[in-house]
Amino acid sequence: MTTAIADGWTMTRRNMIHVIRAPEELILYFSLPIMFVLVFGYVFGSGMQVPNGGNYREFLLPGVFVMTMLYGLGATATGVALDLSRGVVDRFRSMPMARSALMTGRSAADLLRAMLEMSALLACGLLVGWQWRLGVGRALLAVGLLLLLRVAITWVGIYLALLVRNPDTVGVIVFPAAFPLTAISNVFVSPELMPSFVGAISEWNPLSATVAAIRELFGNPGLGGDSWPAEHAMLLAVFWPVLLIAVFAPLAVRRYRRLSR
Amino acid sequence: MTTFEVVAEGLGKRYGPARALDMFDLAVPTGAVYGLLGPNGAGKTTAVRILATLLRFDTGRATVAGFDVLRQPSEVRARIGLTGQYAAVDETLSGRQNLELFGRLFRLGRREARQRAGDLLERFGLDEAASRSAGEYSGGMRRRLDLAASLIRTPRVLFLDEPTTGLDPRSRNQVWDLVRALVAEGTTVLLTTQYLEEADQLANRISVIDAGRVVAEGSPDELKSMTGGDRIEVVVRDPADLAEAARIVAPISGAEPVIEPEVRRLSVPVVDRVAVLVDVVRALDDAAIAVEDVGLRRATLDEAFLHLTGHRPDHAREQAGAGRQAAVA
Repeated sequence: MTTAIADGWTMTRRNMIHVIRAPEELILYFSLPIMFVLVFGYVFGSGMQVPNGGNYREFLLPGVFVMTMLYGLGATATGVALDLSRGVVDRFRSMPMARSALMTGRSAADLLRAMLEMSALLACGLLVGWQWRLGVGRALLAVGLLLLLRVAITWVGIYLALLVRNPDTVGVIVFPAAFPLTAISNVFVSPELMPSFVGAISEWNPLSATVAAIRELFGNPGLGGDSWPAEHAMLLAVFWPVLLIAVFAPLAVRRYRRLSR
Repeated sequence: MTTFEVVAEGLGKRYGPARALDMFDLAVPTGAVYGLLGPNGAGKTTAVRILATLLRFDTGRATVAGFDVLRQPSEVRARIGLTGQYAAVDETLSGRQNLELFGRLFRLGRREARQRAGDLLERFGLDEAASRSAGEYSGGMRRRLDLAASLIRTPRVLFLDEPTTGLDPRSRNQVWDLVRALVAEGTTVLLTTQYLEEADQLANRISVIDAGRVVAEGSPDELKSMTGGDRIEVVVRDPADLAEAARIVAPISGAEPVIEPEVRRLSVPVVDRVAVLVDVVRALDDAAIAVEDVGLRRATLDEAFLHLTGHRPDHAREQAGAGRQAAVA
């Protein structure tokens, strides 16, 4: 157990060195949320409504936070697939290290990375007029929910990479898979304003749970709806990520073991 | 008594209907450099991946450094090094960071790992490039770094999977020298290669593999003599003398000489080497044929390979190898 933790930490440091040595990747993943803030906040936003009133950018920012966590899927899956394709995983597997370290190290490093991204995004948010209104405690709780979601997405990403293996393919899959998830959710538009069928999907979208929960914790506008998922957003914001981890972590481990077939 | 560091008995590995290995046997004596020679797709890499605990097999059994590959993989991993066409380093990390990372994963302390990385970088001539990303290294440098990474803890058994494929001759010689130095320190080496010269240079025993099976086993000399042994070669000064020389040599050797007019050479297989050589020289001298060069030549490993597998290793890639390659790749 101690060796698993020590090796996991060594692998975490390895992945963090990647971020430091190749920061352009971080900037790439970063430019996307900022673009969304600018495009939706300042261009489309002028035509957007927030139910029960409120500033659209303040409504939008929690959605963009969640979206950034989701797009971390690309970073995770591409990183793992690159390791697999370049054979460095073979070297790790031929060494007397803990088998889990590759995955726990990736998961921990991506969490640290997400903290970095969140700090920068919160600062950007403050610049465009977003703010937390209910105190630092609840704001930190909201960040905690975001990071929980990121951990869940990391495990989906590890599994995806082990399934697909080819880093180019992984890169191509992620955006088309992730974008509809953000579009049919409460990230940009409140589900109440959507056609009822699409609205219902949006309400039940796991991303919507986290978005609604952190809007509530930050004290941002756009709460509402009297549907079950809207009223139990906080519960679902914990339930969905935990469910994803419970499903995808064992799947990823099984897939990793199958590399020796 | 000979002890064996790597033993495989009746290994079998299938990918669907394709057999990558089929009743594969191997016994590598302690301290040897053992060559697995065969064309692409013959099963060399599959064998090494199995012995290095990366791949499971369907039938048979295997031990490395006295431990069962299937049941005691951690014990095996603690005693092996693996370098080759696929076991790579981290391309983003610098050379030094790579070696420190692997050192930590080999349970060295922080300071110990740093020390060991420094030593290895110096020994492998990489200290000047130590802080550059491994991705920027030349092919030869990367292979050296790869080899260094296998030696963090001096392994009892080192697996080298086509260690010099794609390297220029200078880098290849460097790798060979490093391997020889390791063997001198007591490491047992299992080497796969499709280059006969490499096997001839490094290995003291060789298994020739074709289609997942061992088709021949022995020292390089033993393999060469399996093809029918030695030949006498005579180079004459005047090409006009070739026919006359062939007529003289044929009854002495008991076989019809092969004539290569463009190099003014004739050659003929012989059994009783030295006696025949003396007779040939004497007879040519009596006939007043001016001889530029005469000598005994052992069959090359290339000829041995052709004899054993029915195809030349270089052509094998396109021909027999092509069908199996997909399954084994």
